[in-house]
Amino acid sequence: MCQCCAEKKDIYLPQLATVADISQMTATEKYLRLSMDDGMFDFLPGQFVEVSIAGIGEAPITISSSPTQEGGFELVVRKIGNVSNAIHNLKKGSKVGIRGPLGKGVYPAQEARGKNLVFICGGIGMVPQRSFINYVLHNRGDYGDVAILQGTKNYEQRLFTPEIDAWSKRGDVQMLETLDEGHPSWKGNVGVVTKLIRKVETDLKSAKILVCGPPVMYKFVLMALEEFDVPHNNIFLNLERKMKCGVGKCGHCQINNVYVCMDGPVFRYSDLATLPEAI
Amino acid sequence: MSVKKITKSDFANFVSALIQTDNVIGVQAKGDRFDFAPLESAKDLRLDYDVTLQPPKKYFLPPMEVLLTFDVGGGYNSQMDAQKFILLGVHPYDMIAINQMDELFRQDNYDAHYMTRRDNATIVACDVARSSDHVFASSMNTAVVRDGFDVLLTDIGDGYVLEAATPKGRDLVARAKGAVDADPQALRRREEVWAHNRKSLNKHELKCDPAYLPRLLAKAYKHPIWEERAKTCFACGSCNQVCPTCYCFNVQDDVNWDLKTGQRSRAWDGCLLDGFTKCAPNHEFRKARADRFRHRLYRKAAYVPQKIRGQIACVGCGRCVAACLPDIANPVSVYNRLIDDLGIG
Repeated sequence: MCQCCAEKKDIYLPQLATVADISQMTATEKYLRLSMDDGMFDFLPGQFVEVSIAGIGEAPITISSSPTQEGGFELVVRKIGNVSNAIHNLKKGSKVGIRGPLGKGVYPAQEARGKNLVFICGGIGMVPQRSFINYVLHNRGDYGDVAILQGTKNYEQRLFTPEIDAWSKRGDVQMLETLDEGHPSWKGNVGVVTKLIRKVETDLKSAKILVCGPPVMYKFVLMALEEFDVPHNNIFLNLERKMKCGVGKCGHCQINNVYVCMDGPVFRYSDLATLPEAI
Repeated sequence: MSVKKITKSDFANFVSALIQTDNVIGVQAKGDRFDFAPLESAKDLRLDYDVTLQPPKKYFLPPMEVLLTFDVGGGYNSQMDAQKFILLGVHPYDMIAINQMDELFRQDNYDAHYMTRRDNATIVACDVARSSDHVFASSMNTAVVRDGFDVLLTDIGDGYVLEAATPKGRDLVARAKGAVDADPQALRRREEVWAHNRKSLNKHELKCDPAYLPRLLAKAYKHPIWEERAKTCFACGSCNQVCPTCYCFNVQDDVNWDLKTGQRSRAWDGCLLDGFTKCAPNHEFRKARADRFRHRLYRKAAYVPQKIRGQIACVGCGRCVAACLPDIANPVSVYNRLIDDLGIG
């Protein structure tokens, strides 16, 4: 295809991918590994795809695996709407449509080199963060201290437990986890994720802080980070909006003048501070 | 540039001939109003219209269009509308709106569905012969247009001046029997029409240069007018639906009766409508009506201009003013009130 035709390809046309693996993670979350039928797929941590179920529709899902991982890419989908319900019914070998990778606002993989990193995740906020976490761990020598803070509503909703256990045992990662509600089998922290921030051993002020969670979490995390005088240009937030078209046309994901699908979904807090609709 | 002059009867014959060979869409009466529709007879063409109910946008971004067809279980095929057509009688403000839409659909990610229709169109623009009740194109500097069209038509009383601006336009004008090179007098008459329209298409007068609007809005975000107007806003989205520069859309899948095939379509959406920003877990990011009302006007004069080199995405057609039942949509009255309260500069 010539350059001019490549530029004029149909931006709404999904490419086929095959479900290489699918499994239930919790009562509401399913894990999928997809491989593109044409084999082509390069992405950056923080980018998303529009997953298409013919007859139901499309939904934007951020890629959960690291681009350094071979053998397709991974998604984790909470059963919450029409498309995600349909995704939950897929079987190994099912076909789905994929558009993407989409989004220019991604995790600061280059900028964060040599810096300390603090990941603050609320619930399924871990899903997109995991892409950059595993990217960093794959290139461990390129980055300074790494702290991962995970807050989950309850014991049953914990995600990636084997992976989190492995991170805890690495020795070069400070893994902190908390549950909003206690549980007889849970011996760890109880309380909201912001309570973990003061337990971080690295210097917060000079670290890159990466935040992803439900909308209500952001204000509390930002308030907590203010106490440590973290510069706003060191804080990165992964925002969720209705990214219907994913290509900057349909208008649904707009936050004031910013299109989340084009300019995000990962944003530097200092760029969002002037946008009243952001948080 | 090639400028011709043609008598009204020769022009009617020209349109009749076009209808025989081409897919011609033109402005026609619809009750006591006007609208764009397929033209079956030259005598139905009403170039003396004031404003159409719907802007010509619907021929490039239809209210609903199939983007692709699919097989349930996988396999998607793009659907592009390949039909060529001639659009007769686009007013300058609507032409400027089309120019803005072209830029928006072409930039960043090329929208082949919109652009295919656009490439298939030959646009004959037409200077305004009669102003509508709510036009404010003079205030928005959109009363006259100098680019985007293939042909520009100006009624100079005893005939029309025809200016072909593109190869497509030159081919079209070459088919107009009886067209002769425009004489200086005809060109002077055209200049007079332009001068008149630059001043007279102004039923609502904006108290500032439109270029100032982004700076005005930069200090108006928390102004009480948004709440005041929203109190009587039905959030019906009529202002969105009639606007020549509103282009937000939703996408939906429909499965055919065979349960094996179907299509994915896009349909106009409106930022004033409840649920526009609603995500799956029932979280609506711009829920308050006042916030939605403000968003529409900020898109027109602050947000979209950032994407199209500062052009204001309100072209002064006045359709939203006419369509708004509680009479709160008029952008000029909003901007003028902000100027009164916040000053200029």
